[in-house]
Amino acid sequence: MTEVTRFTHGSRIPGWDDAADLRKAPAGVPDPAQVHVPEELRAEIEAKMAAYPEEQSALIPALHAAQKVHGWCSPEAIEQVACVMRITPGQAAAVATFYDMFETKPVGRQTIYVCTNISCSLRGGDQILTAMKEAAGDDPDFNIRGFECLGACDMAPMASVNGDFVGPLEDSDCRTIVDNIKAGNEALAAKSLKVRPCADEAGKAAGGSE
Amino acid sequence: MSAILFDRIDEPGLADISVYEKRGGYEALRNALKQPREGLVEELKSSGLRGRGGAGFPLGMKASFIPGGDMDKYLVCNADESEPGTFKDRELMQKNPHQLIEGMIIAAYIVGANRSFIYIRGEYELPADVLDEAIAQAKAAGFLGENILGSDFSIDLVLHRGAGAYICGEETGLLDSLEGKRGNPRLKPPFPANQGLFQGPTLINNVETLSTIPAIIKMGGAEYAKLGVENSAGTKLVSVSGNVQRPGNYEIELGMKSRDIIYGLAGGPEPGREVKFWFPGGSSSPVLTAADLDLPYDFDSLAKAQSMLGSGAIIVVDDSNSVVDVAVKLASFYKHESCGKCTPCREGTSWTVKMLQRIQAGEATPMDLDIIASVQEQIIGNCLCVLGDAMAMPVSSMVNKFRGEFEEHIEKAREAAGLGLTPPVTPDEPVLTLN
Repeated sequence: MTEVTRFTHGSRIPGWDDAADLRKAPAGVPDPAQVHVPEELRAEIEAKMAAYPEEQSALIPALHAAQKVHGWCSPEAIEQVACVMRITPGQAAAVATFYDMFETKPVGRQTIYVCTNISCSLRGGDQILTAMKEAAGDDPDFNIRGFECLGACDMAPMASVNGDFVGPLEDSDCRTIVDNIKAGNEALAAKSLKVRPCADEAGKAAGGSE
Repeated sequence: MSAILFDRIDEPGLADISVYEKRGGYEALRNALKQPREGLVEELKSSGLRGRGGAGFPLGMKASFIPGGDMDKYLVCNADESEPGTFKDRELMQKNPHQLIEGMIIAAYIVGANRSFIYIRGEYELPADVLDEAIAQAKAAGFLGENILGSDFSIDLVLHRGAGAYICGEETGLLDSLEGKRGNPRLKPPFPANQGLFQGPTLINNVETLSTIPAIIKMGGAEYAKLGVENSAGTKLVSVSGNVQRPGNYEIELGMKSRDIIYGLAGGPEPGREVKFWFPGGSSSPVLTAADLDLPYDFDSLAKAQSMLGSGAIIVVDDSNSVVDVAVKLASFYKHESCGKCTPCREGTSWTVKMLQRIQAGEATPMDLDIIASVQEQIIGNCLCVLGDAMAMPVSSMVNKFRGEFEEHIEKAREAAGLGLTPPVTPDEPVLTLN
């Protein structure tokens, strides 16, 4: 009988099995004199903090901003956010580890989420994920993840390429997307959500049931 | 029926305030500001509009729960839309953002909220960018800010981008997330109407619900209530996806026959394929079969069929798919998204996935189906929020309705895995008995 390891494979409780280093004192609120925060990042976080009745609300937007600068929620990024927001790095890390879009390990800058939830997988989403990984090969610049429903099942199977929704995808599109991204172009302009009409009218015309 | 929410939705430039105003936009707001709040609440009540996010709670009643008095009150728009199969709010926000903003300002005026927020899921970058621009336009035009349109009412609107968590579509999880915390649900009561965001009274509603308000104010609650059927007034956006030929968003009058939605509007499965089962209201709703296709699509009819209208997301699964694979996919999603706060959900989703994977791999026995069913029973109703229920209900409906197929799969997979049809029992491995 093998021991069942809990909280692995996508659980929301990372670090559960890692022992805490009890010799280390918990980090306090960072000292502004000792932490360098890029000026633009500081300004962006402070603007977000001013938008809410309570400053802590700005934590998720602040982490987004820091992730954009650092590429992932590195210890450095967490400390900078904590420093500007006057909270402990622990508070910031607790939030960063909860949400799927925050990367807690170093990853490539080109983020591709391929939806593998029900509606997309019924139309071949899992296959697209494999094809996308193959297309990118071992290029460290790409961060390709199977993702939960992205809210675009009308264009299934689909993917979000640096935030741009594209679909319905065929296997051959994956190569095109990777090449376009490498060349600094739009992922797949013809299949982007930006140009997709609403199905409502076409469906009513074709179905004729109303 | 003429479309209300999807009225000329693809009109070029509709996201721009000038086009929206040209077609009569923000008139409902101007009218509303001249009326007393009590009368407007009555309009919402008489419209019979039920919340479009999933729970179907009447909007007018929810608004009337917000206490009077001079404290800070909040309006929050739930634009997290993470229920698998749902993508209607995305289309509304991306193509007609001012309809939502106008609805929110009216709702805020009605309940006396001075600060409002749109919590949009982080993955929706395009709709969020469109909304950012629209909010800036509405501010410049004087619809947002201090003493709007010369009234004594002030309202501020902030767009808040989430970061990817299904649980943040749950209203109290959303509020925690909006306060800059992990998105763990809260114990209810107190309900958000009394103690919500920053402990203040909070009205929280879905994008589609709030987007309908301008139309209700314009046509009058009683007129709106004439649309649809009893207890399910109005029009509803349905997102049809999965094995259909024309997946997409459709605006229907509630009470329309489900078959007409799936086959008429969405074109049904590919030729030669049949509907095997379908989720009527997102992946959290218990599945219905081909025999239920003639059900009217409204709140009560679907509840009577032991399912629910939920978020209005119809996912169609055709007969080329195995129910076991769909069940594994579905349960894995909820396992991944469980926030871990309540034990029945955290452990229940995790064990359900393990058991279903065992079935898939041919390591299970038919007894596992009973254990799966009993685990689902122990999840339902035992947690702070309904995320666990959202897995338990569809999984148990699949096991119930397709038990034969599950058993057949177990036998075939066992054979393929080289295990006997009857599992060997040894004294060292006691058989688990259920009470």
